[in-house]
Amino acid sequence: MITLISIELQKIFRKWRTYIGFIAIGVLVVIVQVALYFTGEGYIKAITRNFQDSFIMVGNLFNGYLVANLVLTGLYIHIPFLIVLVGGDLLASEATSGTYRMLLTRPVSRFKVVSAKFSAGLIYVFLLLAWLAFLSLGVSCLIFGTGELVSFRGKLIIFSANDILWRFAGAYGYSMLSMFTVFAVSYFFSSMVENAIGPIVSTMAVIIIFLILSALPIDFLKDVSPYFFTSHMTQWDGFFHDPVDYTNIIESALVLGGHIVGLYLITSYIFLKKDILS
Amino acid sequence: MDSEQIIEVRGLTKKFKNIVAVNNLDLNVYRGDVFGFLGPNGAGKSTTIRMLLSLIKPTSGSIKIFGKSIKENREEILRKVGAIVEKPDFYLYLSAYKNLEILGKLSGADTSKKKIMEMLELVGLSKRAGSKVKTYSHGMKQRLGIAQALIHDPELIILDEPTTGLDPQGMKEIRDLILYLSRSKNKTIFLSSHILREVELITSRMIIINNGSAQVEGTVDELLSVDKLSVTFEVDKIENAKMIISESDWRVKLSSSTNRELTFELMKNEIAVLNKFFIERGFSVSAVVPVRSLEDYFLKITEGNGK
Repeated sequence: MITLISIELQKIFRKWRTYIGFIAIGVLVVIVQVALYFTGEGYIKAITRNFQDSFIMVGNLFNGYLVANLVLTGLYIHIPFLIVLVGGDLLASEATSGTYRMLLTRPVSRFKVVSAKFSAGLIYVFLLLAWLAFLSLGVSCLIFGTGELVSFRGKLIIFSANDILWRFAGAYGYSMLSMFTVFAVSYFFSSMVENAIGPIVSTMAVIIIFLILSALPIDFLKDVSPYFFTSHMTQWDGFFHDPVDYTNIIESALVLGGHIVGLYLITSYIFLKKDILS
Repeated sequence: MDSEQIIEVRGLTKKFKNIVAVNNLDLNVYRGDVFGFLGPNGAGKSTTIRMLLSLIKPTSGSIKIFGKSIKENREEILRKVGAIVEKPDFYLYLSAYKNLEILGKLSGADTSKKKIMEMLELVGLSKRAGSKVKTYSHGMKQRLGIAQALIHDPELIILDEPTTGLDPQGMKEIRDLILYLSRSKNKTIFLSSHILREVELITSRMIIINNGSAQVEGTVDELLSVDKLSVTFEVDKIENAKMIISESDWRVKLSSSTNRELTFELMKNEIAVLNKFFIERGFSVSAVVPVRSLEDYFLKITEGNGK
Protein backbone atom coordinates (compact mmCIF):
# COMPACT_ATOMS: atom_id res chain seq x y z
CA MET A 1 0.00 0.00 0.00
CA ILE A 2 2.87 2.36 0.82
CA THR A 3 4.38 1.69 -2.62
CA LEU A 4 1.03 2.46 -4.22
CA ILE A 5 0.61 5.71 -2.29
CA SER A 6 4.17 6.70 -3.12
CA ILE A 7 3.49 6.07 -6.82
CA GLU A 8 0.32 8.14 -6.68
CA LEU A 9 2.16 10.98 -4.95
CA GLN A 10 4.82 10.89 -7.65
CA LYS A 11 2.10 11.16 -10.27
CA ILE A 12 0.45 14.07 -8.45
CA PHE A 13 3.64 16.01 -7.89
CA ARG A 14 4.98 15.55 -11.40
CA LYS A 15 1.98 17.37 -12.81
CA TRP A 16 2.11 21.10 -13.32
CA ARG A 17 -1.48 21.63 -12.15
CA THR A 18 -0.53 20.37 -8.69
CA TYR A 19 1.61 23.43 -8.12
CA ILE A 20 -1.08 25.89 -9.16
CA GLY A 21 -2.56 25.64 -5.66
CA PHE A 22 0.78 26.20 -3.92
CA ILE A 23 1.65 29.11 -6.20
CA ALA A 24 -1.80 30.69 -5.86
CA ILE A 25 -1.68 30.52 -2.06
CA GLY A 26 1.90 31.79 -2.08
CA VAL A 27 1.01 34.78 -4.25
CA LEU A 28 -2.23 35.61 -2.40
CA VAL A 29 -0.73 35.39 1.07
CA VAL A 30 2.22 37.55 0.08
CA ILE A 31 -0.12 40.15 -1.47
CA VAL A 32 -2.22 40.21 1.72
CA GLN A 33 0.92 40.49 3.85
CA VAL A 34 2.31 43.34 1.78
CA ALA A 35 -1.03 45.15 1.81
CA LEU A 36 -1.36 44.75 5.57
CA TYR A 37 2.24 45.76 6.11
CA PHE A 38 1.41 49.18 4.71
CA THR A 39 -2.20 49.57 5.81
CA GLY A 40 -2.65 47.18 8.71
CA GLU A 41 -2.70 49.85 11.43
CA GLY A 42 -5.79 51.30 9.79
CA TYR A 43 -7.52 47.95 10.09
CA ILE A 44 -6.81 47.78 13.82
CA LYS A 45 -8.15 51.30 14.26
CA ALA A 46 -11.28 50.40 12.32
CA ILE A 47 -12.22 47.34 14.39
CA THR A 48 -11.38 49.00 17.71
CA ARG A 49 -12.97 52.33 16.80
CA ASN A 50 -15.90 51.93 19.19
CA PHE A 51 -13.65 51.05 22.12
CA GLN A 52 -10.86 53.56 21.75
CA ASP A 53 -12.58 56.10 23.98
CA SER A 54 -13.10 53.57 26.77
CA PHE A 55 -9.87 51.54 26.61
CA ILE A 56 -6.20 52.19 26.23
CA MET A 57 -4.77 49.72 23.72
CA VAL A 58 -1.21 48.70 24.57
CA GLY A 59 1.17 46.17 23.08
CA ASN A 60 1.44 44.89 19.52
CA LEU A 61 -2.11 44.27 18.32
CA PHE A 62 -1.15 44.35 14.68
CA ASN A 63 0.93 41.18 14.54
CA GLY A 64 1.41 37.87 12.74
CA TYR A 65 -1.53 36.24 14.50
CA LEU A 66 -3.94 38.88 13.25
CA VAL A 67 -2.58 38.56 9.72
CA ALA A 68 -2.90 34.74 9.85
CA ASN A 69 -6.47 35.05 11.10
CA LEU A 70 -7.39 37.48 8.33
CA VAL A 71 -5.74 35.31 5.68
CA LEU A 72 -7.57 32.21 6.91
CA THR A 73 -10.89 34.05 6.83
CA GLY A 74 -10.20 35.52 3.40
CA LEU A 75 -8.75 32.56 1.59
CA TYR A 76 -10.74 29.81 3.18
CA ILE A 77 -13.60 29.95 0.75
CA HIS A 78 -11.26 29.96 -2.26
CA ILE A 79 -9.07 27.03 -1.33
CA PRO A 80 -11.67 24.47 -2.50
CA PHE A 81 -11.08 25.72 -6.05
CA LEU A 82 -7.43 24.72 -5.71
CA ILE A 83 -8.21 21.36 -4.15
CA VAL A 84 -10.67 20.21 -6.80
CA LEU A 85 -8.04 20.86 -9.48
CA VAL A 86 -6.22 17.82 -8.14
CA GLY A 87 -9.08 15.85 -6.58
CA GLY A 88 -11.21 15.98 -9.70
CA ASP A 89 -8.29 14.88 -11.81
CA LEU A 90 -7.14 11.85 -9.82
CA LEU A 91 -9.38 9.17 -11.29
CA ALA A 92 -10.81 10.94 -14.32
CA SER A 93 -7.39 11.72 -15.80
CA GLU A 94 -6.52 8.01 -15.83
CA ALA A 95 -9.67 7.44 -17.87
CA THR A 96 -8.96 10.37 -20.17
CA SER A 97 -5.40 9.35 -20.87
CA GLY A 98 -6.24 5.64 -21.18
CA THR A 99 -3.80 4.70 -18.42
CA TYR A 100 -6.53 2.82 -16.52
CA ARG A 101 -5.78 -0.02 -18.92
CA MET A 102 -2.15 -0.11 -17.84
CA LEU A 103 -2.90 0.44 -14.18
CA LEU A 104 -5.71 -2.06 -13.74
CA THR A 105 -4.08 -4.92 -15.60
CA ARG A 106 -1.48 -5.05 -12.81
CA PRO A 107 -1.77 -7.52 -9.94
CA VAL A 108 -3.12 -4.94 -7.54
CA SER A 109 -6.68 -4.91 -6.26
CA ARG A 110 -8.91 -2.11 -7.42
CA PHE A 111 -9.73 -1.30 -3.82
CA LYS A 112 -6.05 -0.72 -3.10
CA VAL A 113 -5.75 1.49 -6.19
CA VAL A 114 -8.74 3.64 -5.25
CA SER A 115 -7.58 3.80 -1.62
CA ALA A 116 -4.02 4.74 -2.56
CA LYS A 117 -5.27 7.53 -4.79
CA PHE A 118 -7.59 8.75 -2.05
CA SER A 119 -4.77 8.71 0.50
CA ALA A 120 -2.42 10.53 -1.88
CA GLY A 121 -5.13 13.14 -2.43
CA LEU A 122 -5.52 13.65 1.32
CA ILE A 123 -1.75 14.10 1.61
CA TYR A 124 -1.90 16.74 -1.11
CA VAL A 125 -4.66 18.58 0.77
CA PHE A 126 -2.67 18.31 4.00
CA LEU A 127 0.43 19.77 2.32
CA LEU A 128 -1.60 22.59 0.76
CA LEU A 129 -3.07 23.55 4.14
CA ALA A 130 0.33 23.17 5.81
CA TRP A 131 1.72 25.54 3.18
CA LEU A 132 -1.09 27.99 3.94
CA ALA A 133 -0.36 27.69 7.67
CA PHE A 134 3.37 28.13 7.16
CA LEU A 135 2.97 31.25 5.03
CA SER A 136 0.08 32.88 6.82
CA LEU A 137 1.10 32.10 10.39
CA GLY A 138 4.81 31.24 10.33
CA VAL A 139 6.01 33.87 7.87
CA SER A 140 3.57 36.50 9.16
CA CYS A 141 4.87 36.06 12.72
CA LEU A 142 8.40 36.50 11.37
CA ILE A 143 7.45 39.69 9.55
CA PHE A 144 4.96 41.24 11.95
CA GLY A 145 6.00 39.68 15.24
CA THR A 146 3.64 38.17 17.82
CA GLY A 147 1.34 39.58 20.45
CA GLU A 148 -2.33 39.51 21.41
CA LEU A 149 -4.95 38.52 18.87
CA VAL A 150 -7.81 40.89 18.30
CA SER A 151 -10.82 38.99 17.07
CA PHE A 152 -14.18 40.47 16.17
CA ARG A 153 -16.87 37.80 16.21
CA GLY A 154 -19.98 39.86 16.93
CA LYS A 155 -18.08 41.18 19.91
CA LEU A 156 -14.48 42.22 20.29
CA ILE A 157 -12.33 39.51 21.85
CA ILE A 158 -8.66 39.93 22.66
CA PHE A 159 -6.76 36.70 23.21
CA SER A 160 -3.54 36.85 25.18
CA ALA A 161 -0.38 35.78 23.34
CA ASN A 162 -0.09 32.50 25.22
CA ASP A 163 -3.71 31.58 24.43
CA ILE A 164 -3.47 31.73 20.66
CA LEU A 165 -1.33 28.99 19.09
CA TRP A 166 -3.58 26.13 20.17
CA ARG A 167 -6.53 27.98 18.66
CA PHE A 168 -4.71 28.20 15.35
CA ALA A 169 -3.78 24.51 15.61
CA GLY A 170 -7.47 23.69 16.12
CA ALA A 171 -8.55 26.02 13.32
CA TYR A 172 -6.06 24.63 10.82
CA GLY A 173 -6.90 21.07 11.88
CA TYR A 174 -10.60 21.71 11.38
CA SER A 175 -9.92 23.47 8.07
CA MET A 176 -8.12 20.37 6.96
CA LEU A 177 -11.17 18.27 7.73
CA SER A 178 -13.32 20.67 5.71
CA MET A 179 -10.97 20.58 2.77
CA PHE A 180 -10.77 16.77 2.99
CA THR A 181 -14.53 16.84 2.51
CA VAL A 182 -14.23 19.03 -0.56
CA PHE A 183 -11.58 16.67 -1.86
CA ALA A 184 -13.82 13.65 -1.19
CA VAL A 185 -16.66 15.26 -3.16
CA SER A 186 -14.41 15.94 -6.14
CA TYR A 187 -12.93 12.44 -5.91
CA PHE A 188 -16.43 10.98 -5.94
CA PHE A 189 -17.32 12.90 -9.10
CA SER A 190 -13.95 11.95 -10.58
CA SER A 191 -14.87 8.25 -10.37
CA MET A 192 -17.98 8.72 -12.46
CA VAL A 193 -16.67 10.51 -15.54
CA GLU A 194 -13.84 10.30 -18.01
CA ASN A 195 -12.53 13.85 -18.04
CA ALA A 196 -11.32 16.05 -15.23
CA ILE A 197 -13.36 19.13 -16.09
CA GLY A 198 -16.64 17.51 -15.06
CA PRO A 199 -15.62 16.75 -11.46
CA ILE A 200 -14.05 20.19 -11.01
CA VAL A 201 -17.14 22.02 -12.24
CA SER A 202 -19.54 19.65 -10.46
CA THR A 203 -17.83 20.00 -7.08
CA MET A 204 -17.72 23.77 -7.26
CA ALA A 205 -21.34 23.82 -8.43
CA VAL A 206 -22.38 21.71 -5.43
CA ILE A 207 -20.50 23.98 -3.02
CA ILE A 208 -21.90 27.16 -4.55
CA ILE A 209 -25.46 25.80 -4.70
CA PHE A 210 -25.33 24.66 -1.06
CA LEU A 211 -23.91 28.01 0.03
CA ILE A 212 -26.60 29.93 -1.84
CA LEU A 213 -29.37 27.72 -0.50
CA SER A 214 -28.04 28.13 3.05
CA ALA A 215 -28.02 31.90 2.66
CA LEU A 216 -31.60 32.25 1.41
CA PRO A 217 -34.06 33.41 4.08
CA ILE A 218 -36.56 30.63 3.47
CA ASP A 219 -37.76 28.52 6.41
CA PHE A 220 -37.59 25.20 4.61
CA LEU A 221 -34.01 25.87 3.45
CA LYS A 222 -33.02 26.95 6.93
CA ASP A 223 -34.32 23.61 8.21
CA VAL A 224 -32.36 21.54 5.69
CA SER A 225 -29.17 23.60 5.57
CA PRO A 226 -27.65 21.82 8.63
CA TYR A 227 -27.55 18.72 6.41
CA PHE A 228 -25.36 20.45 3.82
CA PHE A 229 -21.69 19.79 4.41
CA THR A 230 -20.97 23.38 3.48
CA SER A 231 -22.83 24.52 6.60
CA HIS A 232 -20.21 22.75 8.72
CA MET A 233 -17.12 23.84 6.84
CA THR A 234 -16.75 27.16 8.62
CA GLN A 235 -16.74 25.79 12.17
CA TRP A 236 -12.97 26.36 12.35
CA ASP A 237 -14.00 29.86 13.31
CA GLY A 238 -15.34 28.43 16.58
CA PHE A 239 -11.77 28.21 17.91
CA PHE A 240 -11.66 32.02 17.93
CA HIS A 241 -14.72 32.35 20.10
CA ASP A 242 -14.60 32.60 23.85
CA PRO A 243 -15.58 30.22 25.26
CA VAL A 244 -15.08 27.66 22.50
CA ASP A 245 -18.30 25.75 21.80
CA TYR A 246 -16.81 22.26 21.55
CA THR A 247 -20.20 20.58 21.16
CA ASN A 248 -20.85 22.48 17.96
CA ILE A 249 -17.36 21.87 16.66
CA ILE A 250 -17.45 18.14 17.40
CA GLU A 251 -20.91 17.73 15.85
CA SER A 252 -19.81 19.50 12.70
CA ALA A 253 -16.57 17.53 12.59
CA LEU A 254 -18.55 14.31 12.80
CA VAL A 255 -20.81 15.43 9.94
CA LEU A 256 -17.77 16.21 7.80
CA GLY A 257 -16.06 12.97 8.82
CA GLY A 258 -19.21 11.07 7.91
CA HIS A 259 -19.23 12.74 4.49
CA ILE A 260 -15.58 11.83 3.91
CA VAL A 261 -16.02 8.17 4.87
CA GLY A 262 -19.34 7.90 3.03
CA LEU A 263 -18.02 9.44 -0.16
CA TYR A 264 -14.88 7.30 -0.01
CA LEU A 265 -16.95 4.12 0.33
CA ILE A 266 -19.33 5.09 -2.49
CA THR A 267 -16.40 6.03 -4.74
CA SER A 268 -14.71 2.72 -3.97
CA TYR A 269 -17.89 0.82 -4.78
CA ILE A 270 -18.29 2.66 -8.10
CA PHE A 271 -14.65 2.03 -8.95
CA LEU A 272 -14.84 -1.67 -8.10
CA LYS A 273 -17.89 -2.13 -10.30
CA LYS A 274 -16.67 0.05 -13.14
CA ASP A 275 -16.14 -1.40 -16.61
CA ILE A 276 -12.95 0.09 -18.02
CA LEU A 277 -14.00 1.11 -21.50
CA SER A 278 -11.67 4.06 -22.03
CA MET B 1 3.14 -28.33 -28.21
CA ASP B 2 2.42 -28.78 -24.52
CA SER B 3 -1.25 -29.50 -23.89
CA GLU B 4 -1.57 -27.46 -20.68
CA GLN B 5 -4.46 -25.09 -21.15
CA ILE B 6 -3.52 -21.51 -20.39
CA ILE B 7 -6.75 -19.76 -21.37
CA GLU B 8 -10.11 -21.49 -21.24
CA VAL B 9 -13.15 -19.41 -22.11
CA ARG B 10 -16.64 -20.85 -22.12
CA GLY B 11 -19.83 -19.19 -23.27
CA LEU B 12 -18.44 -15.71 -22.81
CA THR B 13 -21.02 -13.01 -23.46
CA LYS B 14 -20.93 -9.27 -22.95
CA LYS B 15 -23.89 -7.02 -23.53
CA PHE B 16 -23.85 -3.24 -23.38
CA LYS B 17 -27.55 -2.46 -22.95
CA ASN B 18 -29.04 -3.85 -26.18
CA ILE B 19 -25.74 -4.34 -27.99
CA VAL B 20 -24.18 -7.79 -27.85
CA ALA B 21 -20.43 -7.16 -28.12
CA VAL B 22 -19.36 -10.75 -27.46
CA ASN B 23 -21.73 -13.63 -27.94
CA ASN B 24 -21.26 -17.07 -26.39
CA LEU B 25 -17.56 -17.25 -27.21
CA ASP B 26 -15.39 -20.29 -26.48
CA LEU B 27 -11.59 -20.08 -26.58
CA ASN B 28 -8.76 -22.49 -25.90
CA VAL B 29 -5.16 -21.37 -25.71
CA TYR B 30 -2.43 -23.84 -24.80
CA ARG B 31 1.02 -23.34 -23.32
CA GLY B 32 3.51 -22.32 -26.00
CA ASP B 33 0.81 -21.22 -28.43
CA VAL B 34 1.11 -18.08 -30.43
CA PHE B 35 -2.63 -17.75 -30.68
CA GLY B 36 -4.13 -15.46 -33.30
CA PHE B 37 -7.37 -13.72 -32.39
CA LEU B 38 -8.55 -12.40 -35.69
CA GLY B 39 -11.51 -10.29 -36.61
CA PRO B 40 -12.48 -7.05 -38.32
CA ASN B 41 -12.72 -3.83 -36.38
CA GLY B 42 -15.71 -3.96 -34.04
CA ALA B 43 -15.83 -7.76 -34.02
CA GLY B 44 -15.47 -7.92 -30.23
CA LYS B 45 -11.74 -8.58 -29.94
CA SER B 46 -10.90 -5.78 -27.53
CA THR B 47 -14.00 -6.42 -25.43
CA THR B 48 -12.93 -10.06 -25.11
CA ILE B 49 -9.40 -9.04 -24.15
CA ARG B 50 -10.73 -6.58 -21.58
CA MET B 51 -12.76 -9.41 -20.05
CA LEU B 52 -9.71 -11.70 -20.05
CA LEU B 53 -7.87 -9.02 -18.10
CA SER B 54 -10.75 -8.28 -15.78
CA LEU B 55 -11.12 -4.70 -17.01
CA ILE B 56 -14.76 -5.32 -17.76
CA LYS B 57 -17.11 -7.88 -16.31
CA PRO B 58 -18.76 -10.49 -18.53
CA THR B 59 -22.53 -10.59 -18.70
CA SER B 60 -22.26 -14.38 -18.61
CA GLY B 61 -19.77 -17.16 -19.21
CA SER B 62 -16.53 -18.16 -17.56
CA ILE B 63 -12.85 -17.31 -17.99
CA LYS B 64 -10.10 -19.47 -16.62
CA ILE B 65 -6.46 -18.52 -16.98
CA PHE B 66 -3.77 -20.89 -15.74
CA GLY B 67 -6.67 -23.13 -14.69
CA LYS B 68 -8.14 -20.57 -12.31
CA SER B 69 -11.13 -18.28 -12.60
CA ILE B 70 -10.12 -14.67 -13.28
CA LYS B 71 -13.07 -13.55 -11.18
CA GLU B 72 -11.77 -15.12 -7.99
CA ASN B 73 -8.03 -15.10 -8.66
CA ARG B 74 -7.51 -11.82 -10.49
CA GLU B 75 -4.31 -10.71 -8.78
CA GLU B 76 -2.65 -14.12 -8.80
CA ILE B 77 -3.36 -14.47 -12.53
CA LEU B 78 -2.36 -10.93 -13.51
CA ARG B 79 1.01 -11.47 -11.84
CA LYS B 80 1.76 -13.89 -14.68
CA VAL B 81 0.18 -11.88 -17.49
CA GLY B 82 1.57 -9.00 -19.51
CA ALA B 83 -0.71 -7.08 -21.83
CA ILE B 84 -1.25 -4.31 -24.27
CA VAL B 85 -4.91 -3.37 -24.56
CA GLU B 86 -5.59 -1.38 -27.71
CA LYS B 87 -3.09 1.43 -28.10
CA PRO B 88 -0.66 1.66 -25.20
CA ASP B 89 -1.24 4.85 -23.24
CA PHE B 90 1.24 6.11 -20.68
CA TYR B 91 1.70 8.95 -18.24
CA LEU B 92 2.78 11.44 -20.87
CA TYR B 93 4.33 13.80 -18.33
CA LEU B 94 6.72 11.08 -17.15
CA SER B 95 9.74 9.62 -18.90
CA ALA B 96 9.70 6.16 -20.45
CA TYR B 97 12.03 5.05 -17.66
CA LYS B 98 9.70 6.36 -14.94
CA ASN B 99 6.64 4.83 -16.61
CA LEU B 100 8.32 1.44 -16.70
CA GLU B 101 9.50 1.81 -13.12
CA ILE B 102 5.96 2.59 -11.91
CA LEU B 103 4.29 -0.17 -13.91
CA GLY B 104 7.04 -2.60 -12.94
CA LYS B 105 6.61 -1.84 -9.25
CA LEU B 106 2.87 -2.40 -9.53
CA SER B 107 3.58 -5.79 -11.08
CA GLY B 108 6.09 -6.73 -8.42
CA ALA B 109 8.90 -6.78 -10.98
CA ASP B 110 12.59 -6.11 -10.48
CA THR B 111 12.74 -2.36 -11.11
CA SER B 112 16.47 -1.92 -10.80
CA LYS B 113 18.03 0.48 -13.29
CA LYS B 114 19.74 -2.46 -14.99
CA LYS B 115 16.47 -4.33 -15.53
CA ILE B 116 14.56 -1.29 -16.80
CA MET B 117 17.34 -0.34 -19.20
CA GLU B 118 17.46 -3.95 -20.38
CA MET B 119 13.78 -3.80 -21.28
CA LEU B 120 14.19 -0.47 -23.01
CA GLU B 121 17.17 -1.89 -24.89
CA LEU B 122 15.07 -4.87 -25.98
CA VAL B 123 12.54 -2.58 -27.65
CA GLY B 124 15.15 -0.13 -28.93
CA LEU B 125 14.30 2.79 -26.68
CA SER B 126 17.27 2.89 -24.32
CA LYS B 127 18.64 6.09 -25.88
CA ARG B 128 15.36 7.88 -25.19
CA ALA B 129 14.85 6.43 -21.71
CA GLY B 130 14.84 9.85 -20.05
CA SER B 131 12.56 11.58 -22.56
CA LYS B 132 8.98 12.30 -21.55
CA VAL B 133 6.57 9.96 -23.30
CA LYS B 134 4.68 12.94 -24.73
CA THR B 135 7.66 13.44 -27.07
CA TYR B 136 7.41 9.85 -28.36
CA SER B 137 6.05 8.89 -31.76
CA HIS B 138 3.23 6.37 -32.01
CA GLY B 139 5.68 3.64 -32.96
CA MET B 140 7.85 4.39 -29.94
CA LYS B 141 4.84 4.25 -27.63
CA GLN B 142 3.89 0.94 -29.20
CA ARG B 143 7.36 -0.44 -28.44
CA LEU B 144 7.23 0.96 -24.93
CA GLY B 145 3.90 -0.86 -24.63
CA ILE B 146 5.68 -4.12 -25.39
CA ALA B 147 8.32 -3.29 -22.77
CA GLN B 148 5.72 -2.66 -20.06
CA ALA B 149 4.01 -5.92 -20.94
CA LEU B 150 7.28 -7.79 -20.48
CA ILE B 151 8.76 -5.97 -17.48
CA HIS B 152 7.61 -8.60 -14.97
CA ASP B 153 8.59 -11.56 -17.16
CA PRO B 154 5.02 -12.88 -17.60
CA GLU B 155 4.17 -16.38 -18.80
CA LEU B 156 1.24 -15.21 -20.90
CA ILE B 157 1.43 -12.13 -23.09
CA ILE B 158 -1.78 -10.63 -24.46
CA LEU B 159 -1.23 -8.22 -27.31
CA ASP B 160 -4.14 -6.29 -28.76
CA GLU B 161 -3.26 -5.04 -32.24
CA PRO B 162 0.40 -4.43 -31.36
CA THR B 163 1.42 -3.31 -34.84
CA THR B 164 -1.35 -0.77 -35.38
CA GLY B 165 0.05 2.45 -36.76
CA LEU B 166 3.55 1.12 -37.27
CA ASP B 167 5.48 1.41 -40.51
CA PRO B 168 6.43 -1.85 -42.29
CA GLN B 169 9.83 -1.93 -40.62
CA GLY B 170 8.24 -1.38 -37.19
CA MET B 171 5.69 -4.11 -37.88
CA LYS B 172 8.46 -6.52 -38.80
CA GLU B 173 10.38 -5.67 -35.63
CA ILE B 174 7.33 -6.39 -33.48
CA ARG B 175 6.67 -9.65 -35.33
CA ASP B 176 10.29 -10.70 -34.84
CA LEU B 177 10.07 -9.82 -31.16
CA ILE B 178 6.91 -11.91 -30.73
CA LEU B 179 8.54 -14.86 -32.46
CA TYR B 180 11.64 -14.43 -30.28
CA LEU B 181 9.50 -14.41 -27.13
CA SER B 182 7.66 -17.48 -28.24
CA ARG B 183 10.60 -19.53 -29.46
CA SER B 184 13.44 -18.42 -27.20
CA LYS B 185 11.56 -17.49 -24.04
CA ASN B 186 8.77 -20.06 -24.36
CA LYS B 187 6.04 -17.49 -23.71
CA THR B 188 2.42 -18.13 -24.56
CA ILE B 189 1.16 -15.31 -26.73
CA PHE B 190 -2.40 -14.22 -27.42
CA LEU B 191 -2.28 -11.89 -30.40
CA SER B 192 -5.31 -9.95 -31.52
CA SER B 193 -5.27 -8.48 -34.97
CA HIS B 194 -7.47 -7.50 -37.88
CA ILE B 195 -4.70 -8.28 -40.34
CA LEU B 196 -4.83 -11.86 -41.59
CA ARG B 197 -1.33 -11.69 -43.04
CA GLU B 198 0.11 -10.68 -39.68
CA VAL B 199 -1.61 -13.53 -37.88
CA GLU B 200 -0.58 -15.97 -40.57
CA LEU B 201 3.08 -15.00 -40.25
CA ILE B 202 3.30 -15.36 -36.50
CA THR B 203 0.67 -17.61 -35.01
CA SER B 204 0.36 -21.35 -34.64
CA ARG B 205 -3.39 -21.47 -33.93
CA MET B 206 -6.12 -18.96 -34.47
CA ILE B 207 -9.75 -18.10 -34.23
CA ILE B 208 -11.73 -15.68 -36.35
CA ILE B 209 -14.54 -13.79 -34.69
CA ASN B 210 -17.14 -11.53 -36.16
CA ASN B 211 -20.08 -9.78 -34.50
CA GLY B 212 -18.85 -11.19 -31.22
CA SER B 213 -19.07 -14.84 -32.26
CA ALA B 214 -16.44 -17.35 -33.27
CA GLN B 215 -16.55 -18.13 -36.97
CA VAL B 216 -13.71 -20.62 -37.41
CA GLU B 217 -10.97 -21.97 -35.16
CA GLY B 218 -8.01 -24.23 -35.73
CA THR B 219 -4.36 -24.38 -36.59
CA VAL B 220 -3.12 -21.87 -39.10
CA ASP B 221 -2.06 -24.67 -41.45
CA GLU B 222 -5.53 -26.14 -41.41
CA LEU B 223 -7.34 -22.88 -41.83
CA LEU B 224 -5.06 -21.40 -44.43
CA SER B 225 -4.60 -24.62 -46.35
CA VAL B 226 -3.36 -23.75 -49.83
CA ASP B 227 -5.15 -26.80 -51.22
CA LYS B 228 -8.52 -25.07 -50.98
CA LEU B 229 -8.52 -22.07 -53.19
CA SER B 230 -10.92 -19.63 -54.63
CA VAL B 231 -9.51 -19.03 -58.14
CA THR B 232 -10.57 -16.28 -60.48
CA PHE B 233 -10.03 -16.72 -64.23
CA GLU B 234 -10.06 -13.72 -66.52
CA VAL B 235 -10.95 -14.97 -70.00
CA ASP B 236 -12.04 -13.37 -73.23
CA LYS B 237 -15.42 -14.16 -74.81
CA ILE B 238 -16.87 -14.42 -71.33
CA GLU B 239 -20.45 -15.31 -72.35
CA ASN B 240 -19.21 -18.24 -74.43
CA ALA B 241 -16.98 -19.32 -71.56
CA LYS B 242 -19.94 -19.27 -69.16
CA MET B 243 -21.97 -21.40 -71.56
CA ILE B 244 -19.22 -23.96 -72.02
CA ILE B 245 -18.63 -24.18 -68.26
CA SER B 246 -22.36 -24.66 -67.64
CA GLU B 247 -22.32 -27.65 -69.99
CA SER B 248 -19.22 -29.21 -68.42
CA ASP B 249 -18.43 -30.86 -65.07
CA TRP B 250 -16.69 -27.62 -63.99
CA ARG B 251 -20.08 -26.04 -63.39
CA VAL B 252 -20.21 -27.51 -59.89
CA LYS B 253 -16.97 -25.75 -59.05
CA LEU B 254 -18.09 -22.34 -60.34
CA SER B 255 -18.86 -20.10 -57.40
CA SER B 256 -19.47 -16.77 -59.11
CA SER B 257 -19.15 -14.93 -62.36
CA THR B 258 -19.10 -11.39 -63.68
CA ASN B 259 -18.92 -9.99 -67.17
CA ARG B 260 -15.11 -10.13 -66.97
CA GLU B 261 -14.22 -13.17 -64.87
CA LEU B 262 -15.24 -16.54 -63.51
CA THR B 263 -14.45 -17.69 -59.96
CA PHE B 264 -14.12 -21.36 -59.05
CA GLU B 265 -13.56 -23.24 -55.81
CA LEU B 266 -10.69 -25.54 -56.76
CA MET B 267 -8.11 -27.86 -55.36
CA LYS B 268 -4.59 -26.70 -56.11
CA ASN B 269 -3.97 -29.35 -58.76
CA GLU B 270 -7.16 -28.45 -60.63
CA ILE B 271 -5.99 -24.96 -61.57
CA ALA B 272 -3.74 -26.10 -64.42
CA VAL B 273 -6.38 -28.53 -65.66
CA LEU B 274 -9.03 -25.85 -65.88
CA ASN B 275 -6.59 -23.46 -67.51
CA LYS B 276 -5.85 -26.10 -70.15
CA PHE B 277 -9.61 -26.64 -70.55
CA PHE B 278 -10.10 -22.99 -71.51
CA ILE B 279 -7.09 -22.85 -73.83
CA GLU B 280 -8.03 -26.06 -75.66
CA ARG B 281 -11.41 -24.51 -76.41
CA GLY B 282 -9.87 -21.40 -77.93
CA PHE B 283 -10.21 -18.99 -75.03
CA SER B 284 -7.44 -16.64 -74.09
CA VAL B 285 -6.78 -16.66 -70.33
CA SER B 286 -5.32 -13.29 -69.32
CA ALA B 287 -5.11 -13.89 -65.54
CA VAL B 288 -5.46 -16.62 -62.96
CA VAL B 289 -5.80 -15.21 -59.44
CA PRO B 290 -5.87 -17.70 -56.59
CA VAL B 291 -7.31 -16.51 -53.28
CA ARG B 292 -7.31 -18.83 -50.29
CA SER B 293 -10.84 -19.47 -49.19
CA LEU B 294 -10.28 -18.23 -45.65
CA GLU B 295 -8.67 -15.06 -46.89
CA ASP B 296 -11.60 -14.54 -49.21
CA TYR B 297 -13.99 -15.18 -46.37
CA PHE B 298 -12.09 -12.86 -44.06
CA LEU B 299 -11.98 -10.12 -46.66
CA LYS B 300 -15.71 -10.45 -47.13
CA ILE B 301 -16.51 -10.05 -43.46
CA THR B 302 -13.97 -7.26 -43.12
CA GLU B 303 -15.41 -5.38 -46.06
CA GLY B 304 -18.90 -6.08 -44.82
CA ASN B 305 -18.07 -4.36 -41.55
CA GLY B 306 -16.35 -1.54 -43.27
CA LYS B 307 -19.45 -0.53 -45.15
